[in-house]
Amino acid sequence: MSVQIRYFASLRERMGRASDTIDDATVTSVAQVWARVSGNRPLPVNTLVAVNMQYADLDRAVQDGDEVAFFPPVTGG
Amino acid sequence: MTVQLRDVDFDPCEELAAYQQGVPGQRGKYGAVVSFVGTMRDFNDGRAVQAMTLEHYPGMTEKNLQRICTEARRQWDILDALIVHRVGEVRPNDPIVLVAVWSAHRAAAFDACRYLIEALKTHAPFWKKEQGRETTRWVEHNNPVS
Repeated sequence: MSVQIRYFASLRERMGRASDTIDDATVTSVAQVWARVSGNRPLPVNTLVAVNMQYADLDRAVQDGDEVAFFPPVTGG
Repeated sequence: MTVQLRDVDFDPCEELAAYQQGVPGQRGKYGAVVSFVGTMRDFNDGRAVQAMTLEHYPGMTEKNLQRICTEARRQWDILDALIVHRVGEVRPNDPIVLVAVWSAHRAAAFDACRYLIEALKTHAPFWKKEQGRETTRWVEHNNPVS
């Protein structure tokens, strides 16, 4: 069970890194992924989540090989 | 439906002309081309901006833009759409984004073009970091349509 985690923009700077990897079968949802990588800190307000490059909710299940991304509101265009 | 990310400056008029030239199958079929060009200002929220860096999520950004193009084609009777978006460092007056839509009649092209730029601004994973005279800051949200 391996999940890749990526951070972008201000959240990447806040985390102090661009990515993490979790190898732990007890982590089964996006919310649990965040709890693990953040040391149980609350998710910053308005943070968006993607799983395998598609928007997802915190209660979304994660599986072996998934890529989970956390990032702030988007500001393109 | 074409989505392109560019890490160097581009000329939206040349892009539009070149793309249109390269799709001969549509010649004679479209009666309307609507385009939107977003350009970098030298101010934002009352503050001078000297440069800006556009970050994106390689892979997801392209997929998301393709998805909104597909959605536009589902909602409106359009023939083709082109999105060109900058990444990397941009300077005031540089184009940031070109959205162009081809359709047989103008209503679909106008509506789909408007939809594409608004969907891009609210969904596509891009982030702007502004560089002022002395400080840099992440743009926290896009300006609402007013």
